[in-house]
Amino acid sequence: MKVFIEGSHAVAEAVKRCKPGVVCAYPITPQTHIVERLSEMVADGDLKAEFINVESEHSAASVVLGSTATGVRSYTATSSQGLMLMAEVLFNIAGMRLPVVLTCVNRSLSAPINIWNDHQDSMSLRDAGWIQLYAENNQEVHDLHFIAYRIAEEKNIMLPCMVCMDGYILSHGYEVVDLAEQEMVDKFLPPYQPEYKLDPENPLTLGLLGDPNYYMETRWAIQETMEEALALLPKIESEFSEIFKRQQPVLVEEYKTQDAEKILLALGSVAGTVKEVVDELREEGEKVGLLRIIAFRPFPKDQVFNALKNADKIGILDKSISLGSVSPVYMEISSLFQERGINKNISGFVAGLGGRDITPEVVKEIFKLLDEKPQAVRFVDLREWYSEKSPVYNWESVAQSTK
Amino acid sequence: MQENLFVAGHTACPGCGQAIAARLVMNAAGKNTIATNATGCLEVFSTGFPHTSWKIAWIHSLFENSAAVASGIEAALRHLGRKENINVIAQGGDGGTADIGLQALSGMLERGHDVLYVMYDNEAYMNTGIQRSGMTPPFSNTTTSPPGKYSLGNPRPKKPMVEICAAHGIPYSASTSVGYFRDVEKKVKKALSIKGPKFLHIFVPCPLGWRHSSSQTLEIAKLVVETGLFPVVEYEDGRLTNVMRFKELKPVEEFLKLQGRFKHLMKDSPEVKSAIEFLNQVVKYNIEKYELIKK
Repeated sequence: MKVFIEGSHAVAEAVKRCKPGVVCAYPITPQTHIVERLSEMVADGDLKAEFINVESEHSAASVVLGSTATGVRSYTATSSQGLMLMAEVLFNIAGMRLPVVLTCVNRSLSAPINIWNDHQDSMSLRDAGWIQLYAENNQEVHDLHFIAYRIAEEKNIMLPCMVCMDGYILSHGYEVVDLAEQEMVDKFLPPYQPEYKLDPENPLTLGLLGDPNYYMETRWAIQETMEEALALLPKIESEFSEIFKRQQPVLVEEYKTQDAEKILLALGSVAGTVKEVVDELREEGEKVGLLRIIAFRPFPKDQVFNALKNADKIGILDKSISLGSVSPVYMEISSLFQERGINKNISGFVAGLGGRDITPEVVKEIFKLLDEKPQAVRFVDLREWYSEKSPVYNWESVAQSTK
Repeated sequence: MQENLFVAGHTACPGCGQAIAARLVMNAAGKNTIATNATGCLEVFSTGFPHTSWKIAWIHSLFENSAAVASGIEAALRHLGRKENINVIAQGGDGGTADIGLQALSGMLERGHDVLYVMYDNEAYMNTGIQRSGMTPPFSNTTTSPPGKYSLGNPRPKKPMVEICAAHGIPYSASTSVGYFRDVEKKVKKALSIKGPKFLHIFVPCPLGWRHSSSQTLEIAKLVVETGLFPVVEYEDGRLTNVMRFKELKPVEEFLKLQGRFKHLMKDSPEVKSAIEFLNQVVKYNIEKYELIKK
């Protein structure tokens, strides 16, 4: 059924169709609309779940840890500082192999406090053992939730999955979304029946101490499982399109990359803007393309490599930065070519932090900068009183520009 | 004979009060129980992979979230329609409960989850090496509250956890000591017969941290009550309903002198005199507040 719907509500509609037994979250902007709508669904009896209002994100993550361990499909959502407060529990959930699904409505990190979008929150948890999927639009973020539960609960996967959507841009943006039919979801996503759970009829000890004789194998096992998830996701993707009668790529999306000399790589909603610019530049005769990464964890290295290998110049557009180094996505791409012994022209661009709009003009500027000598990290669209040569600003010009 | 649900083979120190109490709690609760456990001695000494001492369903997640994980388990059981038949018990030490876990505990109590929270209070962070907690008693020598030229040990009184929990308006909040086996069992059973959030504070000596002989655990666990330093009480729906009373109380020195953590109080000095006087004031306060003396 096609409806004109806010992104947060498209997520709530997807979660409802996944029939979680426990929904637990703590309010944080811009995630709130998702759980508000879910609480209405529970209040109206449209969703038969326990809705638990907790006193912190740390407890929200702990509640869904406990309920999933008891064998009940569970859901939580958060953003930014909330994800940071959950961080300890999120590593724990992955280590305990509990298939929790979490929506991260991406928002910057404090300080300074800022409620707008970038990817610093979820990127900082890329090492936690969670599968991470980044959505471009509201149809995709709706669909990725079915895929998230499906991959997370696979018997040989059993890893949590984080669906990332850009705060405000998607969460508060309205689009036409084809909401999934319940019987299709039921066919795609069977009820959660874990092989291990807390049950007095078969008492298990979960969360044991792993000393140096055992701990390392638990990490190795997750690493191996990530490889298996990478192999399984395309199969789930084709099953999805068979049942839902629409295509939903889950690893990467290539946009006009076939003959492209310059390829820009991006995650999330900014891909829409990049596609527009690619179309425009193509009309002007420039051979440019976009590679969008959907699954950042596990990292689809073969698909990314194949898409990029013939390009002369590669640009990484990242809404995140590993301060003191380069951006997280740049690290992946440079190590990918390093591993294959190929020297590539790769430039890293950091843009859109704290919700600064990445406009078509900015994207065009980035495509233009690809002609310059590559730099691993370059902040684009900084205010004029910053400059690349002298990042320390001049107070007089600040005073002028903020007058 | 009843089957033990917390079995031997673990690596607790000899005379560990917490291990004794955990067995009493589990045996009183019975097999139809799911328990959570905060990080701490109890979790570490009972579940070194691939071994476990727990014959009930048991989960450990982190340090401060035992109450929140238990909330999730209880919610899941409600969703499955199985809550009526299964006890959920959250466990933690004094640090994991009264300090770092207090927020999660308060949330669990306020939300009304049908969970019994058991705090095993050995009065310091024993698992990390005897550091001071909010439950460390006045003048106790811990590795972060050592006595010295300018200090007589821990300067602060214990957090009143039973009252803090009772103030949430929960149906049952009580204290007991591992020195009284029957009282521990009785209170666990009583708590589990009540629907809603319950809190049980159990005093558990730690021979290693308190520096006493492992044979004196139960004696010390009784003396703390018999001196009036640790009142054994019950609150039901916020009202004090039961107190363990005595004809007369023993002098606080009888409790102090058995433990190395109070060794610095075993001398004659004006500072020590005022410390003992302070402890006598604590006892006096407890006598008046709880009517500790049988009339």
